[in-house]
Amino acid sequence: MFYREAGDFKTSYAEDNQTFPIRFDRYRYYAVLVAAFAVVPFVINDYWVNAVFLPFLIYSIAAIGLNILVGYCGQVSLGTGGFMAVGAYACYKLMTAFPEVNILFHVVLAGGVTAIVGVLFGLPSLRIKGFYLAVATLAAQFFLVWLFNRVPWFYNYSASGQISAPERTIFGVPVTGAETAPWAAYLFCLVFTVVCALIARNLTRGMAGRKWMAIRDMDIAAEIIGVNPLRAKLSAFAVSSFFVGIAGALFFAVYLGAVEVGEAFGINKSFLVLFMVIIGGLGSIFGSFAGAAFLVLLPVLLKNTLVSGLGWPTDLAAHLEFMIVGGLIIVFLIAEPHGLAQLWRVAKEKLRLWPFPH
Amino acid sequence: MPEQLIWGTEVVLNGLMAGVLYALVALGFVLIYKASGIFNYAQGVMALFAALTLVGIMEGQVPFSHLINAVFGTEVHHFGWHVPALLAILLTMVVMVVLAWAVNTLIFRHLVNQEPIILFMATIGLAYFLEGFGDIMWGSDIKKMDVGLPQGINLAIDDFTFNIFDYGFFIDNLDLVATAIAAALVFSLIVFAQYTKQGRAMRAVADDHQAALSVGISLNFIWVMVWSLAGFVALVAGIMWGTKSGVQFSLSLIALKALPVLMLGGFTSIPGAIVGGLLIGVGEKLFEFAIGSMIGGATENWFAYVLALLFLVFRPQGLFGEKIIERV
Repeated sequence: MFYREAGDFKTSYAEDNQTFPIRFDRYRYYAVLVAAFAVVPFVINDYWVNAVFLPFLIYSIAAIGLNILVGYCGQVSLGTGGFMAVGAYACYKLMTAFPEVNILFHVVLAGGVTAIVGVLFGLPSLRIKGFYLAVATLAAQFFLVWLFNRVPWFYNYSASGQISAPERTIFGVPVTGAETAPWAAYLFCLVFTVVCALIARNLTRGMAGRKWMAIRDMDIAAEIIGVNPLRAKLSAFAVSSFFVGIAGALFFAVYLGAVEVGEAFGINKSFLVLFMVIIGGLGSIFGSFAGAAFLVLLPVLLKNTLVSGLGWPTDLAAHLEFMIVGGLIIVFLIAEPHGLAQLWRVAKEKLRLWPFPH
Repeated sequence: MPEQLIWGTEVVLNGLMAGVLYALVALGFVLIYKASGIFNYAQGVMALFAALTLVGIMEGQVPFSHLINAVFGTEVHHFGWHVPALLAILLTMVVMVVLAWAVNTLIFRHLVNQEPIILFMATIGLAYFLEGFGDIMWGSDIKKMDVGLPQGINLAIDDFTFNIFDYGFFIDNLDLVATAIAAALVFSLIVFAQYTKQGRAMRAVADDHQAALSVGISLNFIWVMVWSLAGFVALVAGIMWGTKSGVQFSLSLIALKALPVLMLGGFTSIPGAIVGGLLIGVGEKLFEFAIGSMIGGATENWFAYVLALLFLVFRPQGLFGEKIIERV
C-alpha cells in the first residue's frame, strides 16, 4: 500500500529512464542522501567515524567495484587486496610527487592507474575461466604485495617501509593527515562513494552492463550475438579496478593514514571484500552497500557485546567472528544465493500488498 | 665441478623435496575435485585443523577450554594425560571422518547442481569457519608437533657428498621421510582408485553422477569417503608441515602454495599434481637462488603463481588436465 507503482505515470523518455523509476524509491534515496550529507556530519564523533562510517563508505566502493567484476561480469577475482594496494601506493606517490595538486585528482588518478594494472592482470581472463581465473588473480595479489614491500621506490625509501599520508586540504580544510576533523574525512569519502555508486548504477543498466551480464550468463552465446568478449571482459576489469583503486587510495590516505602493505592489503582483504559481495548480493549495487555495512558492523557488534559486555578475551571474539562469517557465507550460498539484496527485493514485493492479502 | 653447479644441485634437491610436500597438499584437492567437482579451498585449513587436533589429543588438551573458561569462569586446560602418537593419529582420523560427514551432509548436499564457482566460494566460507572453529577448540598459540619423525641434517648424505665434491649437501631428514611417505601415499591412492571396488565406484562418480547413481552407487557414501580421504591426506600434510615449522595459523597457507601446483598439473590428474608440485618446488627454489637476491628476495611468495599464470595462457587445461571442450 505504501510502496507502490500504481499511479506513477511517466510522460517523457527522461522520466522513464530515471535511475529510480518508482517514486517511493526515489524519495527514499533523496532522504538517505539528505541525511548522509546534512545530518550525519553534525552528529558524528571520532569513534563513529573511525569504527563505522569510514570503513563502511570505503568498503562500499571496493564492494561495488568487485561486484561489477564478479556479480555483473562473472569473472571471480581474489586480487582485490592487491588492487587496493595499487590504488594506495599510486595515491601516495602522486601526493608526494605533486603536493600542489588537489588530492581529489590524486585519488581519481590512483583509480586510473589501478585500472591499467587491472586490465593487465585481466588479460588471462580471455583464455581461462571460473576458478582457474580466480586462482590466476591470486598471482596479482601476491605479486603486487611483494612488489610494494620490496621495491623501495614505492615507499620513497622510508626506513620503516611504511607509507604515511601527508596533510592535504580541500578548501582549506584538511582531509588527510593527523589534523583531520572526523566530519571532513567522512564527507570526503561520502562524496566519492555517492559518485562511484551513481556511475556504477548507470553503467550497469546501460549497454556496458548488459554486455557484462551477457558474458556472465554464457560467454560463448554472448560472443555469437555480437558481444566482443575481449572488450567486455577487459572493460569490466578496468572499471572494477578503478573503483577498487579509489577505495584503496581512500583506505590509505583518509582512513588509516599510514599503511604497511602486507598487513593492510593482504589476502584477507580480498576475501573480506568478496564476502561483502556474496552476502550483500551478487549483481546488485544496493547489495554492495548492504554487504559492506553488514561485515563492518558485525565485528563492532561482536566486540561490544562479547568483549565489553561479557568480558571475554579479544582473541576468542576474533575467532568467533571467523566462524560466524564463514558460517554465514555458507548459509547465504545455500539459502539465498542472491544475498541481502534479494531479501530486500522480497520485502519490497511484500510491501506492495501490505496490509492487504491480495 | 664448479661451485655454482654444486650449489645449484643442492638447491634442486631441496626444491624436489619441497615439491613433494606441495604435491601432497595438491593431491587432496585433486581427490575431491575428481569425485565431486568441488574445488576445495579449505584443504589447507583442513591440514591445520587436523594438525591442531592431533597435537591437542596428544597433549590431552580440553577442547573449547578457552570458551568454557570465558563463559563459566573456570580454569580448565588439560586433562593431564598424554596419548601416544599412533593412537592420537587414529583418533584424529576419526575426527576427520566425522568432519567429512558433517561437511557433506550439512553443506554440499544442499549445493548439488550449483555452479562450480558457487561451490568454490562455499569452500572459502568453510575455510573461514574451520579456522575459527579450530582456534576456539584448541587455542591459537603456536604448538610444537612431535610424533617421532626424525629431524635435522642427514649426516650420511653430508659425508657422502663432502667426499665427492668437498662440499656437504644439507638435506633434512624430515624431508627424506616426507618424500618416502608421500610416495607411498600416492602409490596407495592410485592402487585404491584403480583396483578396489570403492575406488572404482569413486571413478564412476567422477565420470558421471547420474550414471553412477543408476547402477546403484551411493553418491552420499562416495562423497563422504572422498572427503575423508582428503581429510587423511590433510592429516599427513599437517603432520609433515607441523613437524617442520610448528602448528600455527600459517599452516593453512600451504593451500595457497598448492593452487599453482594444481593449475600447472591440471585439476583432474593425480600424476599432474605430483609433476606440478616438483616443477614448482624446483622452479621457485632455483629462481630464488639465481635471480631472487638481485630483485629483493622472498620471490617464493609469487613465483609459483606467475609461472602458473603464464603457463595457463598457453595451455588452459594444465599439463595433464582433460581437454576443455565448450558447447553452447
